[in-house]
Amino acid sequence: MVKTISLNGVRIETMERGAGPPLLFLHPEIGIDSDAAVLDLLAARRRVIVPTHPGFGGSEAPKSFDSVDDLAYFYLDLLDELDLKDVALVGVSLGGWIAAELAIKSAKRISHLILGNPVGIKVAGREHRDIADMFAMTETDFLEIAYHEPAAGRRDYKAMPEEEVRNAARNREATARYAWSPFMHDPKLKGRLHRIRLPTLFLWGSSDRVTNEDYGRAYCAAIPGARFERIERAGHFPHLERPSEFAEKIFAFIGANDSKQC
Amino acid sequence: MRVYQFTEQPYPEAWTDHGGSLRVNLPNRKCDPKIAANLLHRYYDEWMLSDELGFDIMLNEHHQTATCMSSTVVVGLSILARQTTRARLLVLGYPIGHRPDPLRMAEELSAIDVISRGRLDMGFIKGVPYEFAASNQNPVGVMERFWEAHDFIIKAMTSHDGPFNWESEHFHYRQVNIWPRPWQQPHPPVWSTTGSKGNARVLGEHGYVMATLGTGYNTRPLYDVYREGYMSNGRPAPAADRFAYLGLVAVAANEREARARGEQIASYPRTSSIVYPPFRNPPGFFPLEDNVRLMRGQTPPRSYTKDRRVIDMRTASVQELIDAAILFCGTPDQVYEQIVDFCEYCGGMGNLLMMGHAGPMSHADTVDNLTLFAKEVMPRLKAYKQPVGTTATAA
Repeated sequence: MVKTISLNGVRIETMERGAGPPLLFLHPEIGIDSDAAVLDLLAARRRVIVPTHPGFGGSEAPKSFDSVDDLAYFYLDLLDELDLKDVALVGVSLGGWIAAELAIKSAKRISHLILGNPVGIKVAGREHRDIADMFAMTETDFLEIAYHEPAAGRRDYKAMPEEEVRNAARNREATARYAWSPFMHDPKLKGRLHRIRLPTLFLWGSSDRVTNEDYGRAYCAAIPGARFERIERAGHFPHLERPSEFAEKIFAFIGANDSKQC
Repeated sequence: MRVYQFTEQPYPEAWTDHGGSLRVNLPNRKCDPKIAANLLHRYYDEWMLSDELGFDIMLNEHHQTATCMSSTVVVGLSILARQTTRARLLVLGYPIGHRPDPLRMAEELSAIDVISRGRLDMGFIKGVPYEFAASNQNPVGVMERFWEAHDFIIKAMTSHDGPFNWESEHFHYRQVNIWPRPWQQPHPPVWSTTGSKGNARVLGEHGYVMATLGTGYNTRPLYDVYREGYMSNGRPAPAADRFAYLGLVAVAANEREARARGEQIASYPRTSSIVYPPFRNPPGFFPLEDNVRLMRGQTPPRSYTKDRRVIDMRTASVQELIDAAILFCGTPDQVYEQIVDFCEYCGGMGNLLMMGHAGPMSHADTVDNLTLFAKEVMPRLKAYKQPVGTTATAA
């Protein structure tokens, strides 16, 4: 069920389902559908909270919000507001970037950090883009590099309800709002990742060509003790293409890591 | 009426083998600097002639494109500020929301106004969608940035008592005090372009000159919204000099030659939107609801003929372009009548931005087009008494 909550005067949509220790899921740049299988799989063992980021889908964004930093502080406030403790923080792509920015600021309410094909740092040289310029390609070309099976990501906007089309348009605009330049990264983030002292798991869809595994491994190496696991037959959005494997790996990780130290 | 002679300063030699994109990503190895130099010198010669013939002059800028070699319009304005003697120099426009440094823009424009002894018209624009790839400016929120740059430039041009401070959302300066200050007081006239009613109203409230392009017989609703904004401040209806319209012009001694010339001028709308599709719709550039309609496969028509036929200016015939008042084409009598007919429809339109050269049109043809217009059409347009439209008389 989608409900609207208000935090710091900003009205956002959020979904919540399941029971147990809390898991906060931060969606990628394409948003997340309420019927995404991964959410029910995670909700089988956790209380899953899925906010729609300010500016995305049906969530408002204040004019002053123009960086992932703003989103990270917003979600720190949300954790306080909901008084969540020992949260498993899961983020995919842009959501992974938000999660990393959040974790370098304060991890006091977080027990585990799980990043699915995250973006957010700069690794390669100045003349090489780590992350494909999704705004300079057709949607068909984007699907080719983002998915193991491109057909899995295809959407028929002419057949979809208008509200869902509007959400998709807002997602594209909001992604640019936060990540147009510097493109899909924060130049400061990499040098701050060492502050993350949480058990951290990278789940990497190995068919991803939006970015690549070298990038993911460099990201992982910058977080002390972080573990890296591949998910085969999945691309940039492993939670969509391999939802069971994605959920199982998370459960295995958070179940096996009750201590806060790696 | 004022008539501003305009060319995009194209590089048509690269228009044949472009792989589907004349802008942003067409490799610049296709540009021969020697050919570019010859073309640019020729275009400046034609503007010098325009100055002599009694035209005013309009320049623009685009980036990374074979459709327009004016990538930094300040260069062209600077040349013409020094070399011409009487024409007004309109930049339409300067994409101020894209540039990183509005202090520099205020300094450039003031210097040009002084060198030209007060002949500058400052057209500030949002820029077409394809410019964001080149500037890397975020298309989301660009109009907020545009208006802050505008506010800053006007403040810099009108502050004369020592440095002022500016610390706002987009720009930060602590000691602003430009030299030279502009010649025209309080500042050079401000112009802008729009295709949307929301912006038209805002421009009306400011009383700035509003220009439209390619709007044909769909122009009047924009003018009327401008009038509403203009009169909302208690002012009487705006005179025709508040409105400008970019029209393609092909005039010749007989209709057959004029049509042939019209075909050459029509190369502008036919090539202008040849660009790799992802660059046509950067996120946040178009209003959300427009994007929803686009995604659902609905494209709103933009150009209408006088009898309400919809035309696509990218593919339209010369006759259709004439019918839509995008192209004024024919003998001097015909061209005069077409322009006056359009002005009457608009309820007054006092600045014709005349694209008198486009694409592969030769120097000889361009000179003939300009000279004939200046001798046979312009004097009658200068004498023509414009209507003063109000929204109450809207068609």
